[in-house]
Amino acid sequence: MDTVVLLFCTGLGLGALYFLVASGLSLIFGLMDVLNFAHGALLSIGAYATWWAGAEAGLSFWLAVPFGTLVGTVAAVLLELFLIRPLYSRPRDQILATVGVGLAVPALLMGIWGADARPFPQPALLSGTWHVFGATVPVNRFVLVAAAVLLLLTLRLFLARTRYGLIVRAGVEDRAMVTALGIDVRRAFTLVFAIGGAAAALGGALGGLYFGSVNPGQGTGLLIFAFVVVVMGGMGSVTGAAAASVGVGLVQQFANYYTGAGLGDLSVVVLLAVLLLVRPRGLTGRLA
Amino acid sequence: MHRALRWWPIALLITLLVAPYSALPVPGLLDGPLGSPGSLQLLALCLLYGALATGYDLLLGRTGLLSFGHALYFATGLYATDLGMLELRLPFAVAAVFGVSCTVLLALLLGSVSLRVTGIGFSMVTLAFAQAGSILVQRNPGGVTGGEEGRSAPADLLPSGLLGIENTANLYWIAVGYLVLTVATVHWAVNSPIGRVWEGIKENERRVEVLGLRPYGYKVVAFVLSGALAGLGGVVYLLLTGGATPQAATSDATLALLVMVVLGGSGTRWGPLLGGVLYTWAGHRLGDLANSTAVADLPAALRVPLSQPLFLLGALFVAVVYLLPGGLARLPARVRVARSARTVRASAGVRTARPTGGTPA
Repeated sequence: MDTVVLLFCTGLGLGALYFLVASGLSLIFGLMDVLNFAHGALLSIGAYATWWAGAEAGLSFWLAVPFGTLVGTVAAVLLELFLIRPLYSRPRDQILATVGVGLAVPALLMGIWGADARPFPQPALLSGTWHVFGATVPVNRFVLVAAAVLLLLTLRLFLARTRYGLIVRAGVEDRAMVTALGIDVRRAFTLVFAIGGAAAALGGALGGLYFGSVNPGQGTGLLIFAFVVVVMGGMGSVTGAAAASVGVGLVQQFANYYTGAGLGDLSVVVLLAVLLLVRPRGLTGRLA
Repeated sequence: MHRALRWWPIALLITLLVAPYSALPVPGLLDGPLGSPGSLQLLALCLLYGALATGYDLLLGRTGLLSFGHALYFATGLYATDLGMLELRLPFAVAAVFGVSCTVLLALLLGSVSLRVTGIGFSMVTLAFAQAGSILVQRNPGGVTGGEEGRSAPADLLPSGLLGIENTANLYWIAVGYLVLTVATVHWAVNSPIGRVWEGIKENERRVEVLGLRPYGYKVVAFVLSGALAGLGGVVYLLLTGGATPQAATSDATLALLVMVVLGGSGTRWGPLLGGVLYTWAGHRLGDLANSTAVADLPAALRVPLSQPLFLLGALFVAVVYLLPGGLARLPARVRVARSARTVRASAGVRTARPTGGTPA
């Protein structure tokens, strides 16, 4: 029983991490039709900025996380303004440019701080364990879940209640129509990139807690499962992404424990294949 | 003169075929003389990747399918052949047929699943499948794939003419043969009736449907053919490097192919080949550059980026996407257009400068 609880909590934590990456990816794709291959790089930037602020610059963890998130957000905005926007009329080249950034940034991080994993500073408050139904669960799992739930609620409030949320939702439905109504969608693009970058960077910072260390390849490794989540959840749907990330995280943890190592990652892909055969448009039925 | 120039591929092929007999030093481009084993090995790798990029472009540039899982089929050919020899004790020729057959089957299976989604969904699904393959290879199921270290090919089952450093020329000729086969297959397929449908799918899939054709079947054919060529490339790679390593299956390997195709020029006959050769050559030379003393003496702000080949290649890729849309292969045409535009503007300028000129148009 306690193993099941531990696996459940860890799976939820992993799912929360996926959601932090996939929510931005899904919004960016839904609104702009850009598959952002640099999203993993944004996560790595957030993780390294947090690690740098915490371990090298000596900030406390509670200041390091906002710092890392801020750096990731700025990087995302710069990426949108200087790389994505000039290629607006060439959608495929937008994707290729993000592929280039996705290759270059981890390599640059590796060049500066080396290929080895760096131990991540763990604040005393979050390094303990909680007892849940007889299982001993590390606290950082709950931190990730709390962050993901908070992000989901914030995003839903933002999308449902604010004027910009309305523009983003309308843009996901039909970008040409929104432009025809005289609204500058490009500002919404930058905004969505900023939100996505902030979420990914926060994911990087909290992922450092989850994994206990940061390494240059972390973001790219997570990105691929985030892609799976985005496809499963239906592209452009934040709620679908949330449901899919919980599913993927749980399946991965349970399969990894009860079958051989590595089979969890495989079963996620098999799940994706089965879902696409049964429902080619994803869980929520949206696909570009 | 122009008619003679049209035969340049034949001339290039003859040059490639006789290269092992030459002792011509190529300072700057290659370390040793042209015919030395080290140079031949690098050249063979360049040609192999040129051919792989050409096969990949069958999807990207000819059918408009952005697959992020091409490395899976390359790695399948590589590993299935290697394991056919190691585990099943098949002789090399049989193992190669086994490897390519496995690749075709896998491409057929995964292609028919992933082509059910279109557009970017297809890219993501192929990426997920390739990632699964990559994880599987690295996790070393049952001790078969050898995990991180991979497995080297058994010397006793390989033909003796393909072993040892003195036989590098034979391997090189095999790489040339694979290149010729790939270029010929792609050329033939693209000009066949199926190839015309591929072009239609690339331009406008909906219109192909309106014409009464089902794009799905045509796309599966393109996917399987491209996968088969990649699998055969895996067999050649096994011979060239003498073993199978998990790096061949990573998503980085697919991204490298993508960079090659975009660098050379997607959808052109020679562009992917040019891109593959240049990328592979640059990858090796940049590795040397990173380890050279000239770089080690630079200040940190310059040294760190220069010592990371992947950073340079990623930055180069972004630069090509921006500054050279259409890749290197379209560069001459772009220069020509720019030049003729300038002459038109210049002559227009001359005419307006003399408004009372006597010659009526």
